[in-house]
Amino acid sequence: MSIPASVLVVGASAAGLSTVEALRRKGYQGHVTMLGAEPHLPYDRPPLSKQVLSGQWEPERARLRPPAALSEVEVVLGDPATFLDAATHTVHTESGRTLQADTVVVATGVRPRTLPGADVDGAHVLRTLDDALALRADLLASSRVVVVGDGVLGAEIAATARTMGLDVTLVGPQSAPMLAQLGPVASVLGDLHAERGVHLRLGAGVTGLTHRRGRVAGVRLDTGEDLPADVVVVAIGAVPATEWLAGSGLRVEDGLVCDAHCRAAEGIYAVGDVARWHRQDLGTLTRLENRTNATEQAGAVAATILGADQPYTPVPYFWTDQFDTKIQVHGELPTGADVTIVDGDRDGRRFVARYSLDGRVTGVVGWNMPKQTRIRRQEIVADLAAASR
Amino acid sequence: MKVTIDQDKCVAAGQCVMAAAEVFDQRDEDGIVVLLNDNPPADQAEDVRHAASVCPALAIIIEE
Repeated sequence: MSIPASVLVVGASAAGLSTVEALRRKGYQGHVTMLGAEPHLPYDRPPLSKQVLSGQWEPERARLRPPAALSEVEVVLGDPATFLDAATHTVHTESGRTLQADTVVVATGVRPRTLPGADVDGAHVLRTLDDALALRADLLASSRVVVVGDGVLGAEIAATARTMGLDVTLVGPQSAPMLAQLGPVASVLGDLHAERGVHLRLGAGVTGLTHRRGRVAGVRLDTGEDLPADVVVVAIGAVPATEWLAGSGLRVEDGLVCDAHCRAAEGIYAVGDVARWHRQDLGTLTRLENRTNATEQAGAVAATILGADQPYTPVPYFWTDQFDTKIQVHGELPTGADVTIVDGDRDGRRFVARYSLDGRVTGVVGWNMPKQTRIRRQEIVADLAAASR
Repeated sequence: MKVTIDQDKCVAAGQCVMAAAEVFDQRDEDGIVVLLNDNPPADQAEDVRHAASVCPALAIIIEE
C-alpha cells in the first residue's frame, strides 16, 4: 500500500481534527482537507453539557485548537457533505463543492434522536455548541425543566440544570440513571441526584411532548400523566450521521461498517462516533460514542493510512462529571459480571468497582478516585493480554 | 522540549500517565495531572507528544 498524496477528512470535530493532527504528527506531508458541517472551528463536546451549559466557561474555551494551529490544513466549514462517490473518492457538499482525495476519512459523528412534537420553542436537544447556547438561554429564563433520557447526557444535563437552580425532573425507562453504562453501581448515582433535589421519574416511558400556544408545556408519560415544564430536553441517544453515504455502495448499518483497521473500502476509513468497526479481539462489530475513542481511533487510522498494519483494539474509556462527582469507566461492564469494590468504599462515595466475568477482569468503574481507577485499569489490560496468548 | 499543563482544564483521565509515566503523575485526591518534569530528555519526547495528543482535555502544551 502506498502513501496517499492527499487526504480528505469529512467531519471537523474531535475525531476529524485528531485524524488531521495525527497525520501531521507522524510526518505526513501530503495535502490535507478537513470538511465540517458546522460553521465553527473544531470544539470539544464534553464541556457543552457541563461548563458551557452552566456558564462556567465562555464558549470559546471549548475550542480545541487556535486557528493558527490549522495553518497546514485546508479547512472548509459550514458546508455539510451530501454524497460520497466511493469509486472516485469524491465528496459533494451542500453548497455544491466537490472535494476529491486519494484517501477519505469519514468522521461525521452522530446526531441526536428526538421525539414526536419536539420541534417547538422550549424543546431542546444537545449535540452542538449552538444547541448548548440555545438551551442555556432558555434555562436562564425558566424555572422548571424536564430532561427526557437517563443516559450519560441526560444525567449530566439534569445535574447542570439543578446546579443552575432550576427545578429538574429526570425521566427515563431504567431503574437508575446510566444503568446501561454503569451496571449495579448506577444506584449510587440515582441517590446522588435525589439528594441534590433532582426529581427522578425512573421506569417511566415518554410518549411525547405537550404544547401550549406553540411552546412546549411538558412531557406526557405512557401512564397518561403529564409532567409540566417550561423547558424540555430530549436526550435519548443519537444515531450515526450517515445519510450522506446513502447510494455510496458502502455498508451502512448503525454506522459506517469497517474492517479491523477501521477501513470501509480501499482508501476509505471511519473514525469516532460514526465508525462501526470489526473488533478483532472480541469478534464483534463495535461502535463507541465517547471522546477518548475519537482521539484514539483517529491516531490508529492515521497510522494505518501511513502504512501501519495494526488492528484497532482499544480498552474503551469514558468519564462523566455530575455535581461534585467524577465517574470513570474503563473497559466493558457486561451484564452478569461480578462486581467487587476494590478501593475505597461505596458509602463514602469514593471507590473503585471491578467487574469480572468468568474470572477475567473486563472493566473498572471509578467514583471520585481517578488515580486509583487508572491504576486498576491495568488489570483489564493484563487479562486481555492473557486471553489473547 | 518545554512542557506546561493546565490543571484547570484537566479531566483526570490519566491518559498522560499511561503514555509518559516519567513526566506525568496524578494527584492522589482528585486525579488532576501533576507535571514531574517540565523539560523531559529527548528519549522521552515522543512519549510526551503522544501524551499531549491523547489528552481528552487538551490540557498539555508542548513547545519544541
